[in-house]
Amino acid sequence: MKASLRFLVPAVLFAALVGFFVVGLQKDPSVIRSPLIGKPAPAFTLESLEDPARKVGAADFAGRPWLLNVWATWCGGCRQEHAVLLEITREGRLPLVGLNWRDERALAQQWLAQLGNPYASVAFDPEGRTAIDWGVYGAPETFLIGADGKVLHKQIGVMTQEIWRRDFLPLLAAGKGS
Amino acid sequence: MIPEIGHFALILALLLAIAQAFFGLAGAARGQVAWMQAARSAVAGQAVFIALAFGALTSAFIRKDFSVLYVATNSNSELPIFYRIAAVWGAHEGSLLLWALCLSGWTLAVTALSTSLQAAFRSRVIGILGLISIGFLLFMLTTSNPFERLVPAAVEGRDLNPLLQDFALTIHPPILYLGYVGFSVAFAFACATLIEGRLDSTWARWTRPWTIAAWIFLTVGISLGSWWAYYELGWGGWWFWDPVENASFMPWLAGTALIHSLAVTEKRGLFKSWTLLLAVSAFSLSLLGTFLVRSGVLVSVHAFATDPARGLFILGFLTCVIGGALLLYAWRAPRLKSAAGFELAARESFLLFNNAFLVAALGLILLGTLYPLFMDALNLGKISVGPPYFNMVFMVPMLPLLLLLGIGMHATWKRSHLQPLRNRLIGIAAVALVIALVAGAAVYGHIRPMATLGFALAFWVMGSSLMIPLSRLRARQALPGAVLGMSIAHFGAGLVTLGITGVQSFKIEQDVALAVGEATTIAGYDFRLAALRQVQGPNFVGVEADVLISSDGKTITTLHPQKRLYNSGGNPMTEAGIEVGAARDLFVALGEDLGQGRWSLRLQYKPLIRYIWLGALLIALGGGIAGLDRRYRRVKAGETAMDAATEPSR
Amino acid sequence: MMRAAWVLASVLFAGSALGIDAERLDDPVLQQRYEHLTRELRCLVCQNETIADSTASLAADLRREVREMMKEGKSDAEIRAFLTERYGDFVLYLPPVSPRTWLLWAAPALLLLGGVAVAALVIRRRARTARANPAALEEEPENP
Repeated sequence: MKASLRFLVPAVLFAALVGFFVVGLQKDPSVIRSPLIGKPAPAFTLESLEDPARKVGAADFAGRPWLLNVWATWCGGCRQEHAVLLEITREGRLPLVGLNWRDERALAQQWLAQLGNPYASVAFDPEGRTAIDWGVYGAPETFLIGADGKVLHKQIGVMTQEIWRRDFLPLLAAGKGS
Repeated sequence: MIPEIGHFALILALLLAIAQAFFGLAGAARGQVAWMQAARSAVAGQAVFIALAFGALTSAFIRKDFSVLYVATNSNSELPIFYRIAAVWGAHEGSLLLWALCLSGWTLAVTALSTSLQAAFRSRVIGILGLISIGFLLFMLTTSNPFERLVPAAVEGRDLNPLLQDFALTIHPPILYLGYVGFSVAFAFACATLIEGRLDSTWARWTRPWTIAAWIFLTVGISLGSWWAYYELGWGGWWFWDPVENASFMPWLAGTALIHSLAVTEKRGLFKSWTLLLAVSAFSLSLLGTFLVRSGVLVSVHAFATDPARGLFILGFLTCVIGGALLLYAWRAPRLKSAAGFELAARESFLLFNNAFLVAALGLILLGTLYPLFMDALNLGKISVGPPYFNMVFMVPMLPLLLLLGIGMHATWKRSHLQPLRNRLIGIAAVALVIALVAGAAVYGHIRPMATLGFALAFWVMGSSLMIPLSRLRARQALPGAVLGMSIAHFGAGLVTLGITGVQSFKIEQDVALAVGEATTIAGYDFRLAALRQVQGPNFVGVEADVLISSDGKTITTLHPQKRLYNSGGNPMTEAGIEVGAARDLFVALGEDLGQGRWSLRLQYKPLIRYIWLGALLIALGGGIAGLDRRYRRVKAGETAMDAATEPSR
Repeated sequence: MMRAAWVLASVLFAGSALGIDAERLDDPVLQQRYEHLTRELRCLVCQNETIADSTASLAADLRREVREMMKEGKSDAEIRAFLTERYGDFVLYLPPVSPRTWLLWAAPALLLLGGVAVAALVIRRRARTARANPAALEEEPENP
């Protein structure tokens, strides 16, 4: 009897496989979780978009929570989320810093003039080096950095009010409590 | 109107499939001749309606009917007619219809050509094929209807993906699907055998020709895919271990093991449960492949429009079909014992090792393809498993396989009779090694261990394969199709090894920047950028370069690589220029305009690459010659007598 | 008119390399290392290509990073570490050898040895059967 149990092995292995697939169907294989979560935010010092003589850096915002939003004029999703970003910054909880990725200065300035500027400052990253340091692989992406300077969360894709309330606000509240 | 007819035809086909499955299986179980006859009629009816549906969809494409959503998404009024027809299977819904068409074709063939099978057995096979048809038709009708209307109709279609606008689209998917789907026949035979609890091995003889036929199609289909990727994608690669490529390669490995295992089961009644498991596995892997590329669980360049809801349906279908078959196997297989023996160096031994190596390779590819999924599901992070990994690990079981292949094909059944051949085989091995070393040193300028090993194994297999037909011809012995076919197929395998070794070990790739009039040299060939011009096609604009290739001052050819921008938008497409040769390919792809009249180009020297596909074709040809052996056709007359004597046990 | 279209075409194609950078490393050894390494790294945008083949601008940026790091004298391991710190193991087409991937790396040996062991056991049993009953092996073997 024991010998014939080994004929069940293929069926059992298959069942395990199906289990994995059921879980796998609920995940998105192309989304890459950031390895920066829980680590110190990568430092940078870049020219400001508006004024090349001025510099914008991560150090400017140390000691309090802040948001970094990666955007570009060639990015359709960025246009989509722009209204939400304006709403979020209107609440005034924390500063929103823009990282203008691989863009043209004039076009970017024009864009902000037309659509409104939610950013406290915008760092200009035409070569994409800082974006690489932050593990950016698509626009838009939004990072939440805590008061201790550690990256708390990364949103890949368009920001919505729902995502803001569900993923970002709880982390902000937790930060304030501790 | 016509799309509605097509849709209705699919519904009728589904009803007939249900009838086919019910009457086929129940008819056999109850011995009802009328029901079994009804099942056979259902097969014919289903074939008619699926063909009708397929015709309706094709007509919608030809007529540029953009009121059909699928046509609007995959076609365009500027699309040339042959691409419009091929576009029928260019995306998810249509390719499912192709699947159903192939399945119905194979079912029809089995029904028509298996008159010598026992009625009950044949009926069960038909019934099982009917169950599979139900799955696909239901899938189409509930989640992936090719005839869904677009209201209001589009004025212009979105166009077929430019990558697919190529001749190969007309042949690669149909041939590939005929292979994939053809393994369902072996699957059905295996399940019928398990249901009936047959202890003998006559089913092996019945299954063999069908399996070989499907396997031939799959071999050709995969080779076409590889060849197409090579000249179309622009980066000169011929295999990327992409999940979809693996999804077609795994059934092929299982099918190859199955063909060989069937030989042993047919001959000696051995390995019955292994052979049955392989028969179930081959088609299961086909279905698994269908799931992987349509569900979105894996990232793939080939993936169809993915949708987790569809994925869930296929998974459910998969679970029923494969799970059912494996449970059937667990129930019946333990009783399949055989008492035969064979000596250590008999053919059976070699075929057993052959299967062990093929299954190991299969397991490695399966694990590598699914590992990222496993890790993600367990929240262990995201990793990638790609060509560097697969290239390395695939060699582990393949090297011993190739080595033993050269010996095993000379082994005789039951007894070890290799001693008389020992010297000749050692001779061939020695010659192979010498040629390998000479080839590396003299032809390519340096000796590499892996390249030498690869070449040596290639020549070893080729030489050993030629031994049999040559010695038989010299001794004026008969050379039956089965023996000739086997030799050709194995020779083809050696040729594939030769090609792979040559291109992987000695290829040269260089990215250069040239202005018009400038030249560069690779592997003794001069590449000169002679001219650049604009071009216009039926649905694209582009830039074309004239690249003059010469060697030792003698002109060889002028290639015309292009960079195209399709009117329907999307990324620019590269059309490479390829100079084909017996010993090497020269490959030129246009990069980008660097300004100041300079363009970047990728130049490649690919030695022996054609032998990969030539070898694969020989493998298929050998299979065909073996499969057509008179034994399979002659046996039909005597088979009825044999069948009557072998009653299935309950 | 033709010239305008020509210029348009060039502009459209600029920025869409086939992963082809005309900039090469001067040192041929470095260039070869570069070509080898870029074919082991996955493009995160077109996730089915290496950064060597991908047309995405991020791939071009990453290739630039690899080139610059090589010129600075960084080793392959250091370059990989740089990328995995930012993008995770996903960026490596050759998975790292770690406790989480032990099965992946042990599999070739396991499957090969396992298969050989099973085959050997079966053969041994069958050969014993053959020795015990040589008469059964008397008939002439047929064609393959």
